[in-house]
Amino acid sequence: MDLNATLLGQMLAFGVFAWFCMKFVWPLLLDIIEERQTQIADGLAAADKGNRALEEAEAEKQAILEAARTQAREIIDQANTRASGIVDEARGEAGNEKERILASAHAEAEQDANRAREELRGQLGALAIAGAEKIIQREIDANAHKDLLDRLAAEI
Amino acid sequence: MASEGGTKTGGEFIEHHLQNLQLCKGDDGWVWNVKEVCSGNFWAFNVDSMVFSLILGLFFATLFSYIVRNASRGVPNRMQALIEVVFDFVNGSVKDTMHGTSRLIAPLALTIVVWVFFMNLMDLLPVDLLPRILELFGVHYLKVVPSTDPNITFGMSISIFLLILYYSFREKGVGGFVVGELMMNPLNPRDLGVPKLFWPLVCAFNFILESVAMLAKPLSLSLRLFGNMYAGELMFILIALLFGSILTPSIANIGLGVVGAVLHFLWAVFHILVVSLQAYIFMMLTIVYLSQAKEAH
Repeated sequence: MDLNATLLGQMLAFGVFAWFCMKFVWPLLLDIIEERQTQIADGLAAADKGNRALEEAEAEKQAILEAARTQAREIIDQANTRASGIVDEARGEAGNEKERILASAHAEAEQDANRAREELRGQLGALAIAGAEKIIQREIDANAHKDLLDRLAAEI
Repeated sequence: MASEGGTKTGGEFIEHHLQNLQLCKGDDGWVWNVKEVCSGNFWAFNVDSMVFSLILGLFFATLFSYIVRNASRGVPNRMQALIEVVFDFVNGSVKDTMHGTSRLIAPLALTIVVWVFFMNLMDLLPVDLLPRILELFGVHYLKVVPSTDPNITFGMSISIFLLILYYSFREKGVGGFVVGELMMNPLNPRDLGVPKLFWPLVCAFNFILESVAMLAKPLSLSLRLFGNMYAGELMFILIALLFGSILTPSIANIGLGVVGAVLHFLWAVFHILVVSLQAYIFMMLTIVYLSQAKEAH
């Protein structure tokens, strides 16, 4: 248990190991850890930034949605107005068309009636003559009374 | 207790275990463990302490440099994480204690805490394990715990003391350190209003006081570690005595063996605390002393 030269050996060894640690261990380790620290700090900052960007994007999205909604509402309103306008217009046009068609139909009907009346008048003359011919055949010469009968037919 | 062909008494067993393997320089060359040559001879080496100390130091150096060299800058693996925990612990201790930075103190503290921890940890090996194995190879004395050798602890504390002196002189200058620090404290003649005539007296008194305080630093540093580990080792040896006669079974011997086993377990568990605590204290005090030396009071 005496102090002896082991002391010197240990001092030397201590010096060597401490020097070794100072040279080859500590600075490298410090470097690694500090680099990782900055990496982590950067990562956290980036994450923060990302979050903020996300929030901003969210707000922007809301604004855009709102604008789109308003615009859509306006378009729908416009379309509605326009649609009712078109319907009114169509209704008016259809009314006019109806009037026109009705009028032409009336006119046609009247023409038809007049034509039928003319025809009937002609046929009635012929019938009357035929009847009269049959009645008078025995006593009256058709030729003798022809002009009389024509006059009659024209009068009818 | 049976060894070397004969049985030893308890006292011999203890004595044998507390004897270093020594290589001493006698009048006619170097001799192994000759009491007459070795005792009181400065030119003697405690080969076992030296070898284990070097092996553990090399283990520390290679382990750390290997892992640091293969370290990942991104995600560390488990071993790297362990080393970084130790690193952070030492770095934190240094930063908490010291103002400013030093290129030397932090790595020195790392070396001390890991190395001393490893040396102390040897205490947890069964006391007879390595000595018995090496006895087969003709080595008759072996102490496996380097920190139970005062040469080892003093070797470190004296180195630290030299560093304290170096820093003190470098940071404060010869005058600042010797006069300002050692002579004007703790009784400052200027503040006390002592007449100039008596200043040398007060200064001499201060110098004696402060020198003792100064010398107490390495002394307490090494004796604390040595004392704790030596006592712990002695306890293990004493407990090992309880197992001693288990080879000749009798109820009493088996009873002693059981008691010894329980005691050994309890003491080993407690010793885990002592081992790490002493390494921590040695490191912490080194940091404190060196940072004191660097800073003016």
